Amino acid sequence: MNGCPGPETVIELDGVTAGYDRNRPVIDAIDLTVCRNDFLAVIGPNGGGKTTLLKVMLGLLVPWEGTVTVLGGTPDGSRGAVGYVPQVIPEETFPITVMDVVLMGRLQSARRPGRFGRRDREAAVRNLERLDVGELAGSDMNSLSGGQKQRVLIARALAGSPEILLLDEPVASVDHETQESFFNLLAELNEELTVVLVTHDVGAVSSHVKNIACINRLLISHGDSISSESVARAYGCPFELISHGGIPHRVLGRSGKVQD
Amino acid sequence: MGILSYTFMQNALAVSLLASIAAGIIGTLVTVNRMSALAGSIAHASFGGLGLAYVAGFNPLLGATGFAVISSMGIAAVSSRSRRKADTAMAAVWATGMATGLVLIKLSGTYTADLMSWLFGSLLAVSPTDILYAAILDLVILAVVAGFYKEFLAVAYDQQYSRLQGVPVTLFMVVFLILTALTAVLLMRVTGLIMVIAMLAIPPAIAEMFTGSLWKMMVLSSVLAALFSIAGLFLAALLDLPPGAVIILIAAAVYSAALVVEKARSGWA
Repeated sequence: MNGCPGPETVIELDGVTAGYDRNRPVIDAIDLTVCRNDFLAVIGPNGGGKTTLLKVMLGLLVPWEGTVTVLGGTPDGSRGAVGYVPQVIPEETFPITVMDVVLMGRLQSARRPGRFGRRDREAAVRNLERLDVGELAGSDMNSLSGGQKQRVLIARALAGSPEILLLDEPVASVDHETQESFFNLLAELNEELTVVLVTHDVGAVSSHVKNIACINRLLISHGDSISSESVARAYGCPFELISHGGIPHRVLGRSGKVQD
Repeated sequence: MGILSYTFMQNALAVSLLASIAAGIIGTLVTVNRMSALAGSIAHASFGGLGLAYVAGFNPLLGATGFAVISSMGIAAVSSRSRRKADTAMAAVWATGMATGLVLIKLSGTYTADLMSWLFGSLLAVSPTDILYAAILDLVILAVVAGFYKEFLAVAYDQQYSRLQGVPVTLFMVVFLILTALTAVLLMRVTGLIMVIAMLAIPPAIAEMFTGSLWKMMVLSSVLAALFSIAGLFLAALLDLPPGAVIILIAAAVYSAALVVEKARSGWA
């Protein structure tokens, strides 16, 4: 089940167990395969391990057990190819312009002390315009709405020309009216990029993504059998909602423990 | 003004202007990194170094600097593991440094006047060594912060993202802490140990209300710190009051006024 059909595997987790407190793993024996140009939503309740899963993929957290492979290498080695969009924190204030935020996405490619070069600035402007927030480049980041901040953070992730886009709770900061256009944007980006997002808001994502997996310490993917559906429910994954989403069913991965 | 013809007044003016540059830049970084407690802790710990210098008979500035740097490294080592432990470590270092200093100074038989000068500043008694210390520190801070501005900005704004972009976050925090320690020691000469935090915190707090980017905040903070220092120095000379305290009172008054202006502005908007 692990091989991707035509396209290649971009992220592969094999028996990954990780957490912060030695006695209590937050994610447990996770197997997950993400194929190129997939659009995957990982859903799950708060505290279910969504952020931990992202941290493991990003190489910010080293798993206790198992291996993480990103684009054929370690997460650390593939950093430049992964664009990360953190959760928008609404009340945060910091004296920084939108342009300066997006330029952070060029730190890796600039790779030298001193000021950012012209190519870095051009890449920042290009991605701000691509996300329809080009006119905000000189604005104070604090003056933006949640949705605008989100677009700026996506532009920052894209500025480094990634192959994979990882988003943490992207729906939380988008209001209902703009949700449709937000997902259209992600779908458009998905034509070139592999998109993985984590969210607790199943209703918002179910009709927009290609695949869904559910995490609550263990990982349960949508395509699994009926027996895993009951397990999924027992673990707090809202399975009914997924089943009615009209998503192509495919096995993404499964936890060994679920099958017992 | 005739008082400017006195050498001690010229020295005081030079040190306070030079210290304003360091205070504005480092104070801004301290503020946006939310580390004023840490700066206070480092400044107070350096008092232990002063005591040691008096007992062992070497330059107090050297003793204070050494202790400040060592304590900032200690706090950094503890805080890399847990944020709550960092809080405890800062409080412990703060008080232990003061206690060590007091005991050692008593044992050394130094006059209380010397002690008071470090606690409350001795702007009118600064030496050419202090001016040199301030000038070199300014040059180092300007070179480091200008050279790595984008990295300092990134680390302050979003540590996790900086790490993902391959920025050596821990190294930048260590460099930042050392510069903070050196600045704190310099400011002890101006406002005294007890009021160091005010000099690092108040100008950036005002500047943050009126600027939208980090470098503008640094520039405005430095300008404000310089204005407070000059005004405080002259007013203190005129009224025969301790300059460090007058500088802080002026800063606090302007901060209060800025808060009112800010409140009014956001009220109208």
